[in-house]
Amino acid sequence: MKDAFGTPQSLLVLGGTSEIALATVRRLLTRRTRTVWLAGRPSPRLDEAAEQLRARAAEQGAEARVHTVPFDALAPDDHEEVLGKVFAEGDIDLVLLAFGVLGDQQRDEADPRAAERLARTNYAGAVSSSLVCARALRTQGHGSLVVLSSVAAERPRRANFLYGSSKAGLDAFAHGLGDALHGTGVHVLVVRPGFVATRMTEGMEPAPFATTPEAVAEAVAHGVRRRARTVWVPGVLRPVMSVLRHLPHAVFRRLPG
Amino acid sequence: MSVSHQQSPRGPARTAPLPEPQRPSEQAGLSEPERGRTRLLTGWGRTAPTGARVHRPRTVEEAVAAVDAVRERGARGSIPRGLGRAYGDAAQNAGGTVLDATGLDRIRAIDLEASTVTCEAGVSLHRLMEVLLPLGRFVPVTPGTRYVTVGGAVGADIHGKNHHVSGSFSRHVVSLELLTADGRVRTLAPGDPLFDATAGGMGLTGLVLSVTLRLLPVETSWMTVDTERLPDLDTLLSRMTESDHRYRYSVAWIDLLARGPAAGRAVLTRGDHAPPAALPRHARRAPLAFRPPRLPPAPRGLPSGLLRTSTVGAFNRLWYHKAPRSRTGEPQRLASFFHPLDGVGHWNRIYGSAGFVQWQCVVGHEHDDALRRIVQRISRRSCPSFLAVLKRFGAADPGWLSFPRPGWTLALDLPAGLPGLGAFLDTLDEEVAAVQGRLYLAKDARMRPELLPVMYPELERFRALRAELDPHGVFTSDLARRLGI
Ligand SMILES: Cc1cc2nc3c(=O)[nH]c(=O)nc-3n(C[C@H](O)[C@H](O)[C@H](O)COP(=O)(O)OP(=O)(O)OC[C@H]3O[C@@H](n4cnc5c(N)ncnc54)[C@H](O)[C@@H]3O)c2cc1C
Ligand SMILES: NC(=O)c1ccc[n+]([C@@H]2O[C@H](COP(=O)([O-])OP(=O)(O)OC[C@H]3O[C@@H](n4cnc5c(N)ncnc54)[C@H](OP(=O)(O)O)[C@@H]3O)[C@@H](O)[C@H]2O)c1
Repeated sequence: MKDAFGTPQSLLVLGGTSEIALATVRRLLTRRTRTVWLAGRPSPRLDEAAEQLRARAAEQGAEARVHTVPFDALAPDDHEEVLGKVFAEGDIDLVLLAFGVLGDQQRDEADPRAAERLARTNYAGAVSSSLVCARALRTQGHGSLVVLSSVAAERPRRANFLYGSSKAGLDAFAHGLGDALHGTGVHVLVVRPGFVATRMTEGMEPAPFATTPEAVAEAVAHGVRRRARTVWVPGVLRPVMSVLRHLPHAVFRRLPG
Repeated sequence: MSVSHQQSPRGPARTAPLPEPQRPSEQAGLSEPERGRTRLLTGWGRTAPTGARVHRPRTVEEAVAAVDAVRERGARGSIPRGLGRAYGDAAQNAGGTVLDATGLDRIRAIDLEASTVTCEAGVSLHRLMEVLLPLGRFVPVTPGTRYVTVGGAVGADIHGKNHHVSGSFSRHVVSLELLTADGRVRTLAPGDPLFDATAGGMGLTGLVLSVTLRLLPVETSWMTVDTERLPDLDTLLSRMTESDHRYRYSVAWIDLLARGPAAGRAVLTRGDHAPPAALPRHARRAPLAFRPPRLPPAPRGLPSGLLRTSTVGAFNRLWYHKAPRSRTGEPQRLASFFHPLDGVGHWNRIYGSAGFVQWQCVVGHEHDDALRRIVQRISRRSCPSFLAVLKRFGAADPGWLSFPRPGWTLALDLPAGLPGLGAFLDTLDEEVAAVQGRLYLAKDARMRPELLPVMYPELERFRALRAELDPHGVFTSDLARRLGI
């Protein structure tokens, strides 16, 4: 159960190797943490992430157990079973939906199958796994579902509209889900980071207002505590995007990036 | 058929879409048909809301049926709830059932000769006062609010300003009826292990249905009160130690925002029930009248930052200097002596949407150094805490999880939105645990589960009794889940 300050005792990450997710788990890890589940495609990286969290928990004197569980966003037939097993082990106070792929806009424009795969990962896979988690949270009557959307969802741009449109779909879905769960004790937080320096953006030129996984983690912790609906990282992106959203289309299309 | 229900050739009308074709499925959607009865609940501190189905039985039979239904459903259990005055999550049960006991509201019998009342568990202390004061009887123990139920008073085994003389609430319970997980109604008396587990057991042993309570005879609904101002904590502690025993009721309000030598300066109020001769002339014709005033409730939707250290500090200063240096024998109405906050409905809203937490500890008399350290830490950190309450407890009570034990108890309210508050309170907890003191579960919303067995040595016994009485968890709560009770 969460305490009066929204501190979770149990966490489930979908996309267990995501750098943003792991920074967030580190931020939320306290002596009160009992269980962390890292769900993701089996890989040495996933095991290593779990190992590092165990070490970190031990450092803090937490008795947290850290588990990994195989999960593939592109295999929605398994979501019910895989995630159901996690919830059957005990309540989850916070689910962090972090998986996603950036893709390569130019290549994917030319390869409809690749583009469709990106859309299936970021949107369809998220819809399926969120609904499974949402139902379980609804049954337990409490918990937060944190969804990593993106500023790219706000107004997809020429340069990355494949990714942007998948995030736009996810963003709309997650806000709707939050409304559907209103009054049930379950809280949905939609996080819209700008450019974050991680594996996903490696080698790319940082966009204006670039930020770090740690800053996203801080914003998530704060948003969960306040039971916020949407948070932007950095916060200044909220007004910035509100201006961009209202730019005439002809101007918007020509913006660099 | 109304126009809006007509289907246009281009598809369903916008205003009232036709129901989507139903997928043949066992599972309900996210908004279950039952949702109408699901309610979001918090304690008085308004933190950590969770959803539960609320049942409000009006009779013993309905209560038994409700518990049977919970047992048959088999998942996530149920917890009794009274008026929700516990600050944290004691009367919440996420995803399960909450048994709202306020429908069990009958006073079954008053025996003036034996000076007892038998009433159902949902009766409030306010109601008991309305009925009993005109008969010259008063409840044996009252907390800082009258708006608690008799069941809640047993569940938390509450204490009042008279603990040093009278002990906790359950010491005055002659017998009670308890509905347990198996659907049986058992009549219990003090000394019975299940009675002692239920007193202070936070609703986890079952639903208290009714209580027979021993009452205190009184001649008036007034108090005679002595008030004095004490410039610092040490003077206060020695004053209470040397003379509390001369009063039935005693409590000190301390200013934790005062710094340096003034840290812990206090106003000490002590008193007893007034004899008729002590009443002001206008009150003598109806010495037992009880008509507490009710001010308008605090408005909804106040911002969270309203209570800052500066404003609260100014309030505390004003209040301290307004108090008389020393005044004796002042007649005060019962309600203003015991329940000054009850005048304003929903005063908990002044903390805004983030809510607030109350921290209440007790440390043994021999550990007043721990108390000093705690007060200093709070004062140094300048928490925006309104007056804190300090009281001297008497002998420990028999309830296995009852909070009081001989020593000093300190209680303060803090806005939950304060940055770093969680870690700060953890350091105070450590001070308390280090001297085998404890925190009050009726106020807790955040303590670390590992400290519970240290603070409550009878916890293992309580767990064993529950495991036997209720192996399938028909009774459980958010508090029990959070702390692993
Ligand atoms: C302003 C204020 C001042 C207070 N001052 C004091 C004080 O001076 N001393 C003190 O001791 N406490 C004090 N309290 C706390 C309060 O007295 C307790 O929390 C009390 O338990 C609240 O009763 P309730 O009916 O609101 O119960 P709830 O808050 O609804 O429930 C409290 C606990 O009792 C259990 N319970 C409720 N009904 C039943 C039942 N029928 N059968 C079995 N279990 C049941 C619940 O499961 C829960 O664990 C104060 C609270 C407030 C808001
Ligand atoms: N970095 C940014 O600038 C930025 C900005 C805004 C929003 N976001 C979003 O934030 C989230 C986390 O990103 P990040 O920066 O932390 O990137 P990251 O480190 O690359 O993490 C992406 C995660 O997605 C997982 N994943 C990809 N496809 C999957 C699939 N089919 N099934 C299961 N897991 C899959 C990856 O797992 P594997 O290890 O198995 O590949 C990895 O754990 C993403 O949703 C991203 O869109 C990122």
